[in-house]
Amino acid sequence: MGKVKVHRNPPSLDMTPMVDLAFLLVTFFMLTTTMAPQEPVVVDIPSSVSEIILPDKDRMIISVADDGRVFFDMDNKNYRAQMIRQMGSKYGIAFTDQQVNAFSIMAGFGVPLGSLPQFLDMDPEDRNTIQQPGIPVDSANNELSDWVVFARMANPRVRVAIKGDRDTNYKVMESVINTLIDRRVLRFNLITNLESEG
Amino acid sequence: MAEVQQQGGGGKDGGKVRAKKQSTKIDMTPMVDLAFLLLTFFILTTTFNKPKTMEVNMPDKVDNPDQQTKINERDILNLVLAEDDKIFWWIGLEPPINETNYSANGVRRVVLEQMQANPKIMVLIKPKDEARYENMVNILDEMEITNMQRYAIVDYSPDDEAIITGNIPVEEVVQEAP
Repeated sequence: MGKVKVHRNPPSLDMTPMVDLAFLLVTFFMLTTTMAPQEPVVVDIPSSVSEIILPDKDRMIISVADDGRVFFDMDNKNYRAQMIRQMGSKYGIAFTDQQVNAFSIMAGFGVPLGSLPQFLDMDPEDRNTIQQPGIPVDSANNELSDWVVFARMANPRVRVAIKGDRDTNYKVMESVINTLIDRRVLRFNLITNLESEG
Repeated sequence: MAEVQQQGGGGKDGGKVRAKKQSTKIDMTPMVDLAFLLLTFFILTTTFNKPKTMEVNMPDKVDNPDQQTKINERDILNLVLAEDDKIFWWIGLEPPINETNYSANGVRRVVLEQMQANPKIMVLIKPKDEARYENMVNILDEMEITNMQRYAIVDYSPDDEAIITGNIPVEEVVQEAP
């Protein structure tokens, strides 16, 4: 009788549940992290050594493109609705409920108040295709200052952040900053990338 | 799982010759590695690319000259941010005008040297209209890096233009020391 070694299968681990787990986690993270809001304009922000992170809510972002166009954004639908109603009543433009709704879920915008109703009536995809002219900041017609005031009235805790392009002329930034100072916003943030090594 | 099991000579039953069946099992381990690698990558990058901010405090606009604080001109380091990423600097009201840049060896060294020479020094940053926004951010950054806490962003005036171009007006602007 020969010695027969019983051939045992080496233990094999079925990996299928682990793959399931991995993809479940991926799906979870894909759904829970918020999608970056669609920006109306691409801004190449400068870098700095500052590591302070901008909080996620209660923020008003004034974006300035490199050609000097100014865009305005604020989170929270209710404050946005309040803000646009007040802007409408100050300038005598009546916004329909539909337009107010469209405005409150929209991201940043950069059109003068006169063209805002037509802008809001457009389809969201069409809005992305047109070139927005920017909010007027000149001294004759400083709509930005009104937006800032009404935003702060709607939400007193709002923090102002400026997202400027590296190549923006200082002149435009100066008028934006002066607008803020005139409206008693003396503390604000400048959005920057983290600089790796000065 | 990484087995290709040959069930080849399995059971001989009834003399039928069975074709050798090979069952292939795919090893899932690399796929799991890949999935976890991607997952880790995305978790880390989405939390890390939240944009950072610099906090800026601006002084209130003071129109009344009596309310403006007066400083000895020798305690002032003027930095003019000009076009093409150039910086002109001088102390107080007089030339010599020096030129520097934004590199680590440039304005940072100037500020550190002046801070050492005069601990009471205050920096006035005067951006010209042709300067870029990045210049302003870089200067504020340098203030933070050099730990200079007394600085202000002021308007670029014709007097500054005169000092730079060398045409100093006849009547001197005198600032009284407090």
